[in-house]
Amino acid sequence: MTVTVYVPRDTTALSLGADQVAARIEQAAAERGVELKLVRNGSRGLFWLEPLVEVDTGEGRLAYGPVMPEDVPALVDAGLFDGGQTHALALGLTEEIPYLARQQRLTFSRIGVTDPLSLDDYTGLRGFEGLKKALTLDGQGILDEVKASGLRGRGGAAFPTAIKWQTVHDEPEGQKYIVCNADEGDSGTFADRLVMECDPYMLIEGMTIAGLAVGATQGYIYLRSEYPLAQKIFNEALARAYAAGYLGEDILGSGRHFDLEVRLGAGAYICGEETSLLDSLEGKRGMVRAKPPLPAIQGLFGKPTVVNNVLSLAAVPFILDQGGQAYADYGMGKSRGTLAIQLAGNVKRGGLVELAFGTTLRELMEGFGGGTLSGRPLKAVQVGGPLGAYLPESQWDNPVDYEGFAAFGGVVGHGGVVMFDDSVDMGEQARFAMEFCTVESCGKCTPCRIGSVRGVEVIDRIRAGENRDANLELLSELCETMVDGSLCAMGGMTPFPVQSVLKHFPDDLTRSRGGAPC
Amino acid sequence: MYKHNNPSAEGLSTPPPDDQPQSQPEQIQQAVDSLKDQPGAMLPILHAIQDRFGYIPDDAVPIIAESLRHTRAEVHGIISFYHHFRTHPAGRRVIQVCRAEACQAVGARALEAHAKASLGVDFHQTSADNEFTLEPVYCLGNCACGPSIRVGDDVHGRVTPARFDALVEDLTTSVVSLRGGMKP
Repeated sequence: MTVTVYVPRDTTALSLGADQVAARIEQAAAERGVELKLVRNGSRGLFWLEPLVEVDTGEGRLAYGPVMPEDVPALVDAGLFDGGQTHALALGLTEEIPYLARQQRLTFSRIGVTDPLSLDDYTGLRGFEGLKKALTLDGQGILDEVKASGLRGRGGAAFPTAIKWQTVHDEPEGQKYIVCNADEGDSGTFADRLVMECDPYMLIEGMTIAGLAVGATQGYIYLRSEYPLAQKIFNEALARAYAAGYLGEDILGSGRHFDLEVRLGAGAYICGEETSLLDSLEGKRGMVRAKPPLPAIQGLFGKPTVVNNVLSLAAVPFILDQGGQAYADYGMGKSRGTLAIQLAGNVKRGGLVELAFGTTLRELMEGFGGGTLSGRPLKAVQVGGPLGAYLPESQWDNPVDYEGFAAFGGVVGHGGVVMFDDSVDMGEQARFAMEFCTVESCGKCTPCRIGSVRGVEVIDRIRAGENRDANLELLSELCETMVDGSLCAMGGMTPFPVQSVLKHFPDDLTRSRGGAPC
Repeated sequence: MYKHNNPSAEGLSTPPPDDQPQSQPEQIQQAVDSLKDQPGAMLPILHAIQDRFGYIPDDAVPIIAESLRHTRAEVHGIISFYHHFRTHPAGRRVIQVCRAEACQAVGARALEAHAKASLGVDFHQTSADNEFTLEPVYCLGNCACGPSIRVGDDVHGRVTPARFDALVEDLTTSVVSLRGGMKP
């Protein structure tokens, strides 16, 4: 009898030794004469359990984790190949692990379940059903479904996706583009990477539907160069999708046309800003453009262009397949559907949590995350990437939704939640926010280019105890200037973490550090 | 622990390996010609050249400028804008240490200091024996299992200073066994 064993192949699992685990399992099976079918699946997103090994049994898939290569012989001795549950790493049925069972996985329903490159696995779990539906509709019909879902841009700006699409749709016929922003630069985020490494056909399907909706025949995925594995897996998926007729000049025999290509970024955070991304795709320095004109009217190469985040496009196949209303049934207020929250930093149980909008940060960090990895008390959490505010405990009971967060100066952004324990020096974090901006500013506008450099200097003076009150006032004014005067969110939001430290953790900034002032 | 001894190795000149192509400009021209007709060809061309040579040689700038009808200054401006592109050869391996917030929360600052001390270099420098170039990186997308580093295309998670040393040791040993001896 063949035993099917799953060992994930996403970046995180590999970073913790999944390849060596797989090799040991193959070796053990060979030694025992066990007929093994080893599947390299995607990750379930339960990262604290990676490498998470699963064994298929009659009752479902049984999980073991985190499995280190040296654990394999003992696991096999304890009956791994029969689904034995006596070993300390045995976790029972994967689907019943509470962290996973309590989620509402609409977009991420397949990750970790399937072999990412298997078209059979994908279509076996409703893959390409959304595309088939879309092929029966005209552009406006697709748009109406997306409109009904209430989907808003998951990259951070939360702009209604259907309105963007409608604008491109309503432009005169001609060359139009779909551009997927896969420049996932925010620290604490990995959901785009998971889509591309663990369920790549979903993104291909979402982009194709977008192309059909607005009348675009060419799509580009702008992928950051820090994700070499995502590039490799996705390009292989593209080749297979072309070969199977899901892309190209005659999609599934419909006569409709859509081409898709991955373009690699080159290590510039600013290229996650949509206009800078477009300049980079055109082969220029990734400089931010002034808006208007909107990319939807004059985007890539001056043509009408939809620029969407990976997660926005990845939500589309579900919406077309199940209907916009089915998606809108999740969520609260104007934030409809689910949000992919990524628990990161100093967290005991880090990973992907997909839930309807409305859960509190505390529930996420404690209920799901289990508190800090270090076991020390949580002190601060940065939500929404390096441009997001540091939130103190008084703000952890707010429900996560776009309007609710905006009301107290928070940013949901791309859903990254980076946790810090009480050993963190918030003064150092404030300084880093400015330093990051000096490294990554495109340089086009002065508040961002010069302001960030001055910001680092003035924070250094404050921390050294030099003219403290005057410099604190100067820092506040500098933050205001950057917020009000910058061309894009880079300079405009870099002050958010700094201001939050000034407001909520001022002692960390002004506490004298040991030694002489520098 | 593996220790590198010369702290100022930037710009170290090394003899080209035996398989160094005879005519670099011809190879560059070939790479440019194969890509220049696609829309927005600049980044694909720069990636292709760096993938081939490990950096963007000075010779490439006039060739790209001519082929894409840019000025040399424009090409230089594009290369220098992106952190990924380098204009000098790196060591045999590039080690990127993540400096971003999620890794900071679990000890990235200590790891960064350890990496610099252990290799005897600062960021953007190459160790004296030309084995390792150390670079900062702002997020590898492994944020639940930091601190993270990347060596070549491999990402490593939960990298403690001890694990960093073990990795460097492994990489050094494999180089030695491949070559059958340590370089002087």
